Amino acid sequence: MNNQINENSQNQGFISFFLSAGCADSATALKKSCLVALWFVFLTFPIMAVRVNTIENTVTWRLMNMVNVAVAVFFGSYVWRWLLARKEMSSAETSKETLIESLLSKILDDKILKSVSFSLIAIMVVAFPFALDNIYLTNIMISCLIYIVLGLGLNIVVGLAGLLDLGFVAFYAIGAYAYALLNMHFQLGFWTVLPLGALLGAITGLILGFPVLRLRGDYLAIVTLGFGEIIRLVLQNWGTVTMGPSGIANIARPGFFGMDFSLQQNLIYLYYIMVFLVSITIFFVNRLQNSRIGRAWLALKEDEIACQAMGVDKVKTKLLAFSLGATWAGMAGVVFAAKTTFINPDSFTFWESAIILSVVVIGGMGSIRGVIAGSIILILVPEYLRNFAEFRMLLFGAIMVLVMVFRPQGLISAKRKIYHYKVSNTASAGNE
Amino acid sequence: MTKILELKNVDSFYGNIQALYDINLHIDQGEIITLIGANGAGKSTTLMTVCGVVQARNGQVMYDGEEITKEAPNKIVAQGICQVPEGRLIFPELTVQENLDMGAFMRNDKEGIKRDMEYSFDLFPILAERRKQQGGTLSGGEQQMLAIARALMAKPRLLLLDEPSMGLAPLIVKQIFDIIKKVNAEHNTTIFLVEQNANLALKIAHRGYVMENGRIVLTDTCDKLLADEQVKKAYLGL
Repeated sequence: MNNQINENSQNQGFISFFLSAGCADSATALKKSCLVALWFVFLTFPIMAVRVNTIENTVTWRLMNMVNVAVAVFFGSYVWRWLLARKEMSSAETSKETLIESLLSKILDDKILKSVSFSLIAIMVVAFPFALDNIYLTNIMISCLIYIVLGLGLNIVVGLAGLLDLGFVAFYAIGAYAYALLNMHFQLGFWTVLPLGALLGAITGLILGFPVLRLRGDYLAIVTLGFGEIIRLVLQNWGTVTMGPSGIANIARPGFFGMDFSLQQNLIYLYYIMVFLVSITIFFVNRLQNSRIGRAWLALKEDEIACQAMGVDKVKTKLLAFSLGATWAGMAGVVFAAKTTFINPDSFTFWESAIILSVVVIGGMGSIRGVIAGSIILILVPEYLRNFAEFRMLLFGAIMVLVMVFRPQGLISAKRKIYHYKVSNTASAGNE
Repeated sequence: MTKILELKNVDSFYGNIQALYDINLHIDQGEIITLIGANGAGKSTTLMTVCGVVQARNGQVMYDGEEITKEAPNKIVAQGICQVPEGRLIFPELTVQENLDMGAFMRNDKEGIKRDMEYSFDLFPILAERRKQQGGTLSGGEQQMLAIARALMAKPRLLLLDEPSMGLAPLIVKQIFDIIKKVNAEHNTTIFLVEQNANLALKIAHRGYVMENGRIVLTDTCDKLLADEQVKKAYLGL
């Protein structure tokens, strides 16, 4: 099949390749596209063509929409097949690195370029709230940074240790409620609760970790999903402690040596706190990744028995992954509560877990740069697309499908640090 | 000679099913012994019991005169017992070099690890060529070599090999067995070899045990086992 496509592309040029991509010849392709178009017309008929007005009891038929769908899908299917065929060809021929990735590694390999680009990014990050002077944008940036921390935390569990956790939002909720409750009852400040939230996250991570030690894959996902829902339901129904669905309001914003801030100043302050937290997280996760425990996680993900034969303590390693991941979620939760000053269980639904997981998967599992890129795309793009509010979720879904089909390893795939041993071997010397 | 490993009256179970009945065997320091038997005789279970993945319900596993029956697998590896699991079980997405690094997981001496990695590459030159390739892209024989090299990276005093010949071409099997002999001779590594290929195993080992239905039915030096009428008939196909 692949060879055939190759030959086709060489012999007949781009247009005929495009017209027959993925099929034996252009006639089959035409037939396929027609069928797909018809099928889509049938599927979207109820939503696109029929509009029922229940107040006036009228039905409007918008048949023109059907024609639009048919035409769009007809041409869309050609493009889709062409992209798939192209992807197959390129993965067969060359290395998997994309343009962005090779550019990134080029920058990182060059010392001067690296320091220049890093300082540029640093300046941009630091100057951001002043340059734009816009509360709304700063606010969005803060949530984006929170998701980066959450993504990097989940990345430890899913990307490095390979444990699919669908209830990650539970730890985020625990951090947020820890701050809200401790602040309400004991007037504890943000800076006191931040480490406490991290600690609580770690402990609940351990508590979740113990019963799921033996589970893998789908089973683990289901149990963690249940755990996330349990936490949310407890928060919702244990009214005497958590105030139930009405939530907790008037949570104190973070203080700075007793100074009074205006709302805007406080947001900027919070922004810098988040930048600081993100830098710490990146530093830690980076160190973890290249450490002994990081390697143990990678190996455990691949084969548990072999791992045990190498002397890896399976129990300790898995628990460590769960609790370290949860630590960051706990911290992010504290910041979230301080940012919104009001929390209720609705902020911690399964949907949040799904978004955090998407950030990791779309960005690139196990890759720090990937997670950052993922959360920027998934959090910022929907925010800036508020003008197209109805299509926001559609676009979100489309991004996911496209990434999974064309780049299953994520936007920026993980690159592991290579340990260099000088091996005096002629065979290997030729390889370097 | 000192006994490095001794199993005394060991019974092992999978859930409620008994897999090993009253196993008694020992290995002397520096020896190669082999455990042969049909499928399902309990050979792999014996190995698993030694390295703690399956724990013996009754009886004792003694290593270097100390009991290790109830210890966790990682503690046992730390004491110098390393297993090459059946079916190779390398890490398919890690590179050859990273696989070898994982073998040295318990060790802290960078210089020693470097030296041993060079030694592995000397033993298996093909691995040096594929150093940066992912483990999963290697051929079956190369994966087996990687699995053995990885186990050697842990600098074991006792190496447990579970069917190294499984699914490999005769020529590669011979190559691997030569290396097993070499490692035993050069490093005085004691080797416990579990095999289906009785003929080859009995030729390189010093002593052999024959297993049937979870019990050890016969034990002797390999020369005598090779000459034994019963063994010839059942395992050597003569």
